[in-house]
Amino acid sequence: MELIATSHNGKPGIATDRLSEEACARNFCEMHTPLEKNAARVEAERCYFCFDAPCTEACPTGIDIPGFIRMIANGNPIGAAGLILDENILGGTCARACPVETLCEGACVRNHGDDRAVNIGLLQRYSVDQAFSQKTEFFSRTASSGKSVGVVGAGPAGLACAHRLATLGHNVVIYEARPKSGGLNEYGLAAYKMLNDFAQREVDLVLSIGGIDVKHGMALGKDITLEELRKRHDAVFLGVGLGGGASLGISGEDAPGVMDAVAFIDNLRQSERYSGVPVGRQVVVIGGGMTAIDAAVQSRLLGAEEVTLVYRRGPEAMKASILEQEFAKIRGITIRYWAQPSAVVVENGQVTGVEFETTNEAAKGETFTLPADMVLKAIGQSPHTGSMGADASFALDGGRFIVNADRMTSCEGVWAGGDCIAGGDDLTVSAVQDGKVAAKAIHLTLSNP
Amino acid sequence: MTDLKTNFIGIESPNPFWLASAPPTDKAYNVNRAFEAGWGGVVWKTLGEAGPPIVNVSGPRYEALHGRDRSVIGFNNIELITDRPLEINLAEIKQIKRDWPDRALVVSLMVPCQEEAWKAILPLVEDTGADGLELNFGCPHGMSERGMGAAVGQVPEYVEMVTAWCKQYSRLPVIVKLTPNVTSIRQPARAAKSGGADAVSLINTINSVMSVDLDSLSIKPSIDNMGTHGGYCGPAVKPIALHMVSDLARDPDCAGLPISAIGGISNWRDAAEFMLLGAGNVQVCTAAMTHGFKIVDDMIDGLGRFLQDKGFASVEDAVGRAVPTLTDWQHLNLNYTVKAQIDQDLCIQCGKCHIVCEDTSHQAIRATRNGKRHYEVMEDECVGCNLCVTVCPVENCLTLRSLSNEVDVRTGAYVDPDKKLHWTAHPNNPMAGV
Ligand SMILES: Cc1cc2nc3c(=O)[nH]c(=O)nc-3n(C[C@H](O)[C@H](O)[C@H](O)COP(=O)(O)OP(=O)(O)OC[C@H]3O[C@@H](n4cnc5c(N)ncnc54)[C@H](O)[C@@H]3O)c2cc1C
Ligand SMILES: Cc1cc2nc3c(=O)[nH]c(=O)nc-3n(C[C@H](O)[C@H](O)[C@H](O)COP(=O)(O)O)c2cc1C
Ligand code: SF4
Repeated sequence: MELIATSHNGKPGIATDRLSEEACARNFCEMHTPLEKNAARVEAERCYFCFDAPCTEACPTGIDIPGFIRMIANGNPIGAAGLILDENILGGTCARACPVETLCEGACVRNHGDDRAVNIGLLQRYSVDQAFSQKTEFFSRTASSGKSVGVVGAGPAGLACAHRLATLGHNVVIYEARPKSGGLNEYGLAAYKMLNDFAQREVDLVLSIGGIDVKHGMALGKDITLEELRKRHDAVFLGVGLGGGASLGISGEDAPGVMDAVAFIDNLRQSERYSGVPVGRQVVVIGGGMTAIDAAVQSRLLGAEEVTLVYRRGPEAMKASILEQEFAKIRGITIRYWAQPSAVVVENGQVTGVEFETTNEAAKGETFTLPADMVLKAIGQSPHTGSMGADASFALDGGRFIVNADRMTSCEGVWAGGDCIAGGDDLTVSAVQDGKVAAKAIHLTLSNP
Repeated sequence: MTDLKTNFIGIESPNPFWLASAPPTDKAYNVNRAFEAGWGGVVWKTLGEAGPPIVNVSGPRYEALHGRDRSVIGFNNIELITDRPLEINLAEIKQIKRDWPDRALVVSLMVPCQEEAWKAILPLVEDTGADGLELNFGCPHGMSERGMGAAVGQVPEYVEMVTAWCKQYSRLPVIVKLTPNVTSIRQPARAAKSGGADAVSLINTINSVMSVDLDSLSIKPSIDNMGTHGGYCGPAVKPIALHMVSDLARDPDCAGLPISAIGGISNWRDAAEFMLLGAGNVQVCTAAMTHGFKIVDDMIDGLGRFLQDKGFASVEDAVGRAVPTLTDWQHLNLNYTVKAQIDQDLCIQCGKCHIVCEDTSHQAIRATRNGKRHYEVMEDECVGCNLCVTVCPVENCLTLRSLSNEVDVRTGAYVDPDKKLHWTAHPNNPMAGV
């Protein structure tokens, strides 16, 4: 059997049903095969149980990794899950989506010589999945504080903040613009990382603590103002993520067929059937991050015949790790480095290609054109703090909130975290950490008025 | 390659690897396969009296202690002696000896502690043409409840008495197999010697309860929800066996008493160690039971090469060569000083050496330098205990360096390799010079 099914229907332009639904479903299988009980134990035994473990230092949420791995090795995966979720309530998503090769696994001391890192991501997934399937309850709320916190955004940052506050006895109201909770866990992460309805099951687990009221269809700046929030609540946390994709600023960008990669993935994640998602026959993806890789791979898995990812610098400079680049190449994506788009070629009102200019010194200024019927822009999302009326009242850096170590903004009583703050690394796990840190700080503030 | 031919108390075998009296030597079928595989000899599974055969449990009789890779580290059994009729065993033994004249075939015996019982069985065994007898005074479970096995081995007087009967009623060489479930192994060994034993073999299994099933809350192996203690063997018991073997090898009262070593021997290295500490040959059970008979290939080849590399012309040449290195604590050189050292190029910075020394030893390994992860031994604190070396996952990264003609910065003492100091003469010893 082929690694991925590619016998597409050959329709030109952007079309649905390039592959059968069965072929798509097979293509969108698990990115990494989960560990079975025995494999998990054997892998867990590989951990050296390091002192002041480098993996823990490398984890933005500081999970006690040797601690939880030792529990798995000793046949206590549920205890392991408890240890994980205590630091990272979205440990299930992070086990699936974290770029572990640059985080915990990258720091593993077993990377030395011809050895390989302990498979921390899969071990974390094994234990959290076990706890999920057994519906283990790890958390309970302390006595009610009588305080109320308003959280904007039900993404990783908002959920982590809300959960921690709820355990500490505070009442939380989450204001979420969209109809579902989860933020990019639900709308952005690649489908092959977040199979089935995992994002929603995880959200349910987070909310099962109680004391968290999620109000959907409530957008800050449209349905409610910051002033109202501050009046209603004792503290406010902003976890609003980022807005739409940045624009290329080149001619032809508005032609049909040119799309924001995040919107493309959003559509895919929300569609009932994989094969119902329209995709081009020749797809060009522009960008160098995780979104670019995910968009390229997913177009290919939907049946695109040729997918080319074009990045303006070399492989090492790319935000997506070498491993992710390999992952894409194995799936038939061509990656072209050292080129940036100069124009989208439009014929009869339809995209037919993208013209590129090389950026490396040796061939600077040369141009080439790649044929394309679909162009996905993945050059980063822009901050959307402006739309919330935040410009005036907050200190911002490039549209992102400037926060202190406690994740408090320049505005008294307002904390922020996740992608919407300055200086972050735009990872799910970091958003969780921001939410957790902010919740602790909010709790301290509310406890000592 | 050094020739491995051995002559143990007059019993010749092409190599010193015998299968111990146990399931691998239970019947002709197994023994034939063992000899085909190349084993030098066997001690036949212990025979009992004539009459209705022994009955074994039909529930599980084995249980194991597994290592991280599920390899068997320790092994436990509640099996009794042979459960096949005496006549069948004797007929098979006779046939096997006829088919394999160059291999050693020793018959293990266990009958009640009565002269008549021994007198009755000995001629039957002699008639098979077997090369020798091994007296099972070691089985610690089941049979010992009936006054046999370890129940005899734990009483030196009985050991001596039964050995003497065997020497009286049989012309065959007698090996006395000892139980380790005693305070000092020297007592039963000396008793065997005074009874006229030609050799001792040791160790039999150690009393053990393997585990408790955490679901059913009952002991394992579980026979209809009940269990009993068993006999422990396998790689985990090797150090205990080595101690007992070497303790006899250096006991003046046991001088000249040949030893057949048993206990956790899994490969040629184990065998070589036992020989260097005084064993004339070795017997194997668990390793065969967990891997099959083929393991003997590596044993034969490895030992042959080892003996050759060390310049030993025969197995006999190597026997006991390490015994003089064994002494009492009081005769150790207290001036000998070592310090741990870390090869920074090999260090993977797991920090295990630091945390074990910090938490449980002498706080002699620092964890940082200039605020960065960095492990370094502080010689002014290190007592050279070897704990850090033991836990370091990288071979040769942490080693011990012995001091020579330099000051031990921990004690301020000058280490002169020519000046030895034993506890017997140590100034802190109130008994020194008394
Ligand atoms: C396509 C893509 C793939 C990615 N893949 C990975 C990956 O594999 N691994 C990884 O670690 N990271 C990945 N990331 C990054 C990761 O998803 C984010 O870092 C993370 O989701 C940030 O969490 P957040 O809570 O800050 O924001 P978000 O997840 O964006 O959540 C923000 C929430 O706030 C809501 N909101 C926004 N504005 C308002 C408003 N005005 N009023 C009310 N609610 C509002 C949004 O609807 C949303 O629910 C990816 C990102 C993208 C775009
Ligand atoms: C290095 C070391 C020193 C020990 N010293 C003593 C001792 O002085 N007194 C004592 O009663 N037990 C001593 N023991 C035995 C332990 O208390 C314990 O009984 C034994 O190690 C078995 O337990 P464990 O293997 O589960 O750790 C010592 C053990 C070790 C490893
Ligand atoms: S040898 Fe012992 S005392 Fe010295 S550094 Fe190692 S663990 Fe510490």
